[in-house]
Amino acid sequence: MLEVIWLIPAFPLAGFLLILLFGRRLGEPKSGYLASAMVFASFIVSVGAFFDLRSMDHHGRQHVETLFSWVPVSSLQIDMAFLADPLSILMCLFVTGVGFLIHVYAIGYMHGDPKFSKFFLYLNLFILSMTVLVLGENLLVTFLGWEGVGTCSYLLIAFWHDRESAATAGKKAFITNRIGDWGVLLAMFLAFEAIGTVSYSALNGAAVGGGLSEGTATAIAMLLFVGAVGKSAQLPLYIWLPDAMEGPTPVSALIHAATMVTAGVFLMTRVSPVLEVAADWGPEVIAWVGALTALFAASIAVAQNDIKKVLAYSTVSQLGYMFLAIGSGAYVAAIFHMVTHAFFKALLFLGAGSVIHGMHHRQDMREMGALRKLMPITSITFIIGWLAIAGVPPFAGFWSKDEILLFVLADSVPLYIIGIVTALLTAYYMTRQVIMVFFGEARWEDRSEENGAHGDFEPHESPLTMTIPLMVLAGLTIVGGFIQLPSFGWIPDRAEHQLEHWTEPVIGFAEAGIEGSWALDHQELLIAIAVASGLIGITLAWLVYQRKRIKAVEPEILEEAWRYDEAVSAFMGGPGRKSFEAVAWFDKNVIDGAVHGVARLVGGAGSEIRKGQTGNVRNYAGIVGVGVVLLLAWFVVGRGVL
Amino acid sequence: MIAMLLAAAVPTTTYYLVLGAVLFGIGATGLMVRRNPLIMFMCIELMLNAVNLTFVALAVRFGNIDGQTAVFFVMVVAAAEVVVGLGIIISILRRRPGATADDLAELKG
Repeated sequence: MLEVIWLIPAFPLAGFLLILLFGRRLGEPKSGYLASAMVFASFIVSVGAFFDLRSMDHHGRQHVETLFSWVPVSSLQIDMAFLADPLSILMCLFVTGVGFLIHVYAIGYMHGDPKFSKFFLYLNLFILSMTVLVLGENLLVTFLGWEGVGTCSYLLIAFWHDRESAATAGKKAFITNRIGDWGVLLAMFLAFEAIGTVSYSALNGAAVGGGLSEGTATAIAMLLFVGAVGKSAQLPLYIWLPDAMEGPTPVSALIHAATMVTAGVFLMTRVSPVLEVAADWGPEVIAWVGALTALFAASIAVAQNDIKKVLAYSTVSQLGYMFLAIGSGAYVAAIFHMVTHAFFKALLFLGAGSVIHGMHHRQDMREMGALRKLMPITSITFIIGWLAIAGVPPFAGFWSKDEILLFVLADSVPLYIIGIVTALLTAYYMTRQVIMVFFGEARWEDRSEENGAHGDFEPHESPLTMTIPLMVLAGLTIVGGFIQLPSFGWIPDRAEHQLEHWTEPVIGFAEAGIEGSWALDHQELLIAIAVASGLIGITLAWLVYQRKRIKAVEPEILEEAWRYDEAVSAFMGGPGRKSFEAVAWFDKNVIDGAVHGVARLVGGAGSEIRKGQTGNVRNYAGIVGVGVVLLLAWFVVGRGVL
Repeated sequence: MIAMLLAAAVPTTTYYLVLGAVLFGIGATGLMVRRNPLIMFMCIELMLNAVNLTFVALAVRFGNIDGQTAVFFVMVVAAAEVVVGLGIIISILRRRPGATADDLAELKG
């Protein structure tokens, strides 16, 4: 299957083209079936490629499939090439797998939408871009996918563009992402300047072989990190992700939780050897940005009332964990958390979508409650997702979060403390959400009078196309953690560290070693601390929101997300605007002045000189005569001829 | 006495050079002071032939054929120039009878 690796993006491309041409005629639900089938076909190819790689020699598990020469410009030779190695195939597996489930879910969720087929058009385009991003053999192919997913993100956030807020959120996401793209572009230029190519194998090879100076490696890594900060919604560029919740819920689940936002983590892992030879402050900055983002976003999630906003801030926070892991050199743990997070966060988002669907498009959790009995499948699967993200064993989130914290402690104690506090907050706000939505008293009945138009308003369970993906994802959330079990006495050797073994040919060079560290020797204690912090968070939230023993603390400043958005607006509107105006003034008066000045000088000189052009032949003859005399004089007097 | 005069009257190269310079001066002056295009054209021819004379005289003095060779080139160029120049002048005078060189200042900057 490795020779036909290009089929993975080709199937969604075919789906995209078919729906583009025949979307209106196919209509609902056929275009949804077509799109889902195309993604499923990609998934099958990914599975085939996975088994092909498995059958190869452990360290030779790599295959480059060059389609054509894309940019042949003298010394710049860039191929349209796909790289199949353990990392990219792993990404393909979960992008197409989770993508397929969400496609199926969207058939039910988008039922009745007038732009039904257009939605699947965009979704297929997204899967195409995302697979190009992860399969790219060089930075430029990855960048093609990188921009593609950004465009799809914009199109899908603003899908209901007749709503002012959705249109604005789309623009906000796009513009914020551009700042990150600038970093990726510069990194690409720098890589070309340093080694004359942008292919990953050459770049990583130069890093491993010492062909990359520390300064260059640091610059490339940090510029790529700027791109990752934009795409993966880290401080200070996270602001677009909470607003992106204006899009339809399947989009939030697929793009803004499971796949696209993890592209930054993927990119950093892809160039991990470069990061490894970078100066020490590089990874340190990444770790601190990740940790602070995790804590910051988790604190905001505590006081949100929109069911999707809680999950959005939670996503920002979990992505922070992944960058914390990358900064600590724990690339496997970051990838591990990325996969488990894709499972449980997609599950939570789709569950939230199911709730919104059942509640007739209401998203305020203060108007929910006691939905457990009315939506049994949604509530059970949502609870599984909640336990996973809260870090309760043996669900997926517990294993991956524990692995990250283990490496972080081996690296730095303050970062570990931030990680534990974040874990506690995560458990707290997720418990709050579960109680507010599924438990307690029903707060939606007393509002039914106002909604006369809806008739007999009663939440209902969603159709099968929506609940089946929920159940599959719930199953994956339960078993997802077993792909990377820690080394414990009672876990059989063969089951341990499967993911680390699988990805070792790709990121083995950069993986931090923690053999013999204090943290590794006290794993049981760390697990106890992590589980305890999760349980404390759950208990606290239970006491506050279920038993009402403690008064809920939801400070306004947290509800308003630390007024970060307002601060950005105020800054950009005040001093920012002034400085831009100053720059504009400088451009208009100094730079334009210089340009115009040169033009005026040349013009003036010209109009003076043209006066010598009298048109009088005898005049010219006289000047020629004078010239001859002067030349002769020069020859005779100056040069001494004769 | 007569023999001396005769000896002095035998033209040396210097005479030819002086004659060339005088002819060139007449031509150049005529070019600058006259306004009739046809006369100016003739002045140019005069200057060209003054140079030809100088070439030939110096070729004889130095015993070098190069000067005489150059004269043929000048003559060919002058012949071509006459064809083109006379054509232009005739067509100008047809359009604007009695025009002088000073009137023809359309390319004034």
